[in-house]
Amino acid sequence: MSTFVSEFKTAATRVTGDARQRQFIRTALGNYEIARDKRKASFQSWESARQAAAETKWQAINHLDTHLESLVAKLEARGTKVHWASNATQAREIILKIVTDKKARSIIKSKAMTSEEIHLNDALEHAGFTVAESDLGEFIVQLRHEPPYHIVFPSMHLTRDQIRDLFQKELGDAPSNSPEDLTMVARRVMRQKYIEADIGFTGGNFAIAETGMISITENEGNARLTAALPKTMITLLGIEKVLPRFSDLALFLPMLATAGAGQPMTCYNTMYSGPRQPGECDGPEEWHVVLLDNRRTELLADPEQRDALHCIRCGACLNVCPIFRNVGGHTYGTTYSGPVGSVITPHLRGLQDWKHLSNASSLCGACTEACPVKIDLHHHLLHNRRNASMSEPSFFEKLAYKIFGMVANEPVFWSLAKKIGWLTQPLQRAVKGSALDPAKAWTKTRDLPTQPLESFKDWWRNRK
Amino acid sequence: MTVTLFIPCFIDALYPRAGISMVEILERLGHTVICPEKIACCGQPPFNSGYWDEARTIAAPVLEQLKDAEAIVIGSGSCGAMVKKFYPELFAKTPHAELAKQVASRTWEFSDFLVNKLGVTDLGAKFPHKVTYHDGCHGLRELGIKTSPRVLLGKVGGLQLVEMKDEICCGFGGTFSAKFPMISTAMGEVKCNNAVETGADYIVSGDSSCLMHIQGLLSRQGKPIKTISLAEVLNHQ
Repeated sequence: MSTFVSEFKTAATRVTGDARQRQFIRTALGNYEIARDKRKASFQSWESARQAAAETKWQAINHLDTHLESLVAKLEARGTKVHWASNATQAREIILKIVTDKKARSIIKSKAMTSEEIHLNDALEHAGFTVAESDLGEFIVQLRHEPPYHIVFPSMHLTRDQIRDLFQKELGDAPSNSPEDLTMVARRVMRQKYIEADIGFTGGNFAIAETGMISITENEGNARLTAALPKTMITLLGIEKVLPRFSDLALFLPMLATAGAGQPMTCYNTMYSGPRQPGECDGPEEWHVVLLDNRRTELLADPEQRDALHCIRCGACLNVCPIFRNVGGHTYGTTYSGPVGSVITPHLRGLQDWKHLSNASSLCGACTEACPVKIDLHHHLLHNRRNASMSEPSFFEKLAYKIFGMVANEPVFWSLAKKIGWLTQPLQRAVKGSALDPAKAWTKTRDLPTQPLESFKDWWRNRK
Repeated sequence: MTVTLFIPCFIDALYPRAGISMVEILERLGHTVICPEKIACCGQPPFNSGYWDEARTIAAPVLEQLKDAEAIVIGSGSCGAMVKKFYPELFAKTPHAELAKQVASRTWEFSDFLVNKLGVTDLGAKFPHKVTYHDGCHGLRELGIKTSPRVLLGKVGGLQLVEMKDEICCGFGGTFSAKFPMISTAMGEVKCNNAVETGADYIVSGDSSCLMHIQGLLSRQGKPIKTISLAEVLNHQ
């Protein structure tokens, strides 16, 4: 068993045993569902909107090369410096070089999952730079020295009291546990950091090929300040974020807000098209856009699962996933958790090491139903399982299925197996839950059904 | 009509009453029922675990057995989805590709068959209890079966249907329940609590495999609510 799978199982055992945390997550995501459904109803047809979004992303991803060329040409025409990063190491090197060249000391960041993906904060801090997260949720988890719990709601696992105690301990200030008071504390700390920062770092939600714009969506205004105050701005985003046309945002912005947080629109939606132009009074003097591949092109080369690149990182699949709701975000041990994380992590970080995430699913399909861009998520979990078993089959599992096949295909064997099952029931009951019990994984928490002497087939044969 | 009834392996071995009820209902409606002796399993366990060669070894003889069937009825949304939805994918680019598509097009899940193929909703059943209905995920999301069981239950004399608050998985998931028992159990607990909250006497489902999981938890935790298959309710006089 790889370390990753044993870590996953250990964490899953811990969280599933933590009734308080599970209840907390369930309540929060239950509230999300109510809000989302209310917003979905304001679309003339949510299903048609999903179809349109899926088709637009299909176009974007299946012609990614031309869209990226157009995006870059437009960005460069307005003075933006574009960098291509094949992998996480290159991306970190590019960003470190910019930061070093600028003789920067501190960096203010708005929320970017791509920066988690390349472990940017560690790299920057290791190189001696100060890094401050400005999204409130990210700010909180940064104070706790832990990764985001959820791609959209990074600190959703914490109670107000925990946040108050954290602020008290780390910032020495927390008048109460009210969200308003706590936000004011965070704001005071952050405002100072904006002023001190030499570099503003952002992610990007959409990249518009037609106009050469990066669209950033946020609720707190922190990304605007991050982009507006420091002299240099760096934006890191995956190459799959491309949308063909500016008008596509008319669909994607409300869709992202609805699917992501049950909002009609996210509070701030800003399209950045370049650094400060002659005659303009604000904006960064320099803007660097780093386009990250990091094995996305390998996913692009897989026609079966290419649609996973449609993902707009809204988190809808995490929110409805009964596995996520019961094991929580940190259990996955990945940057992208939940169903989409289980689908793409094996592609981004190795199938054999991460195949357990595809196995840790009941394949219920709630994710696929929720996905606003119609990624065939739960079927891709099946595809990952197939690919993993084909390339490195488990000897015992394969043998077990071969034997099962022989028994199932031969009525005499099948009847015999049922009789043996019936006869050994007293024995099964005697060893129930003990180390000798072959069905221990089941019987530890669940009873086995009582097998009747007469099976359906016996009945059928007898009545004939 | 001659109906070929596909009884899944776990119904055959563990829940024969569900299968018997299906036979009796279909025969009462005037149809001839046949159950191919040689079919035991649809091949879903190896398929879901990624062992598609082994799944084909089991599924190919099933296809041969069903080759000439007029209408195939499966007493489970999960196995129904396997034949109807996944066989065409499993056999794509194999000599069985065409047959898999044909068989899929003639396959029905039990409640869907009654309501949408036969146009029958009232089976004259009586079941004077308060019940809640659990949608098996495969039936619900792969086959889109949501209303048929409810329409059928609506006509059962004395039956009161109360819905659970969330439309969520019971946590069974086949081999998942043994590979990740802690997650499967946690999911099942949520489901059982939702069912208990309705105040129902019974959890009814078209999927006996889900009921096996739910009942396993209920029995262990000593919860009073019972489980019963949809076919047994519909056959209850």
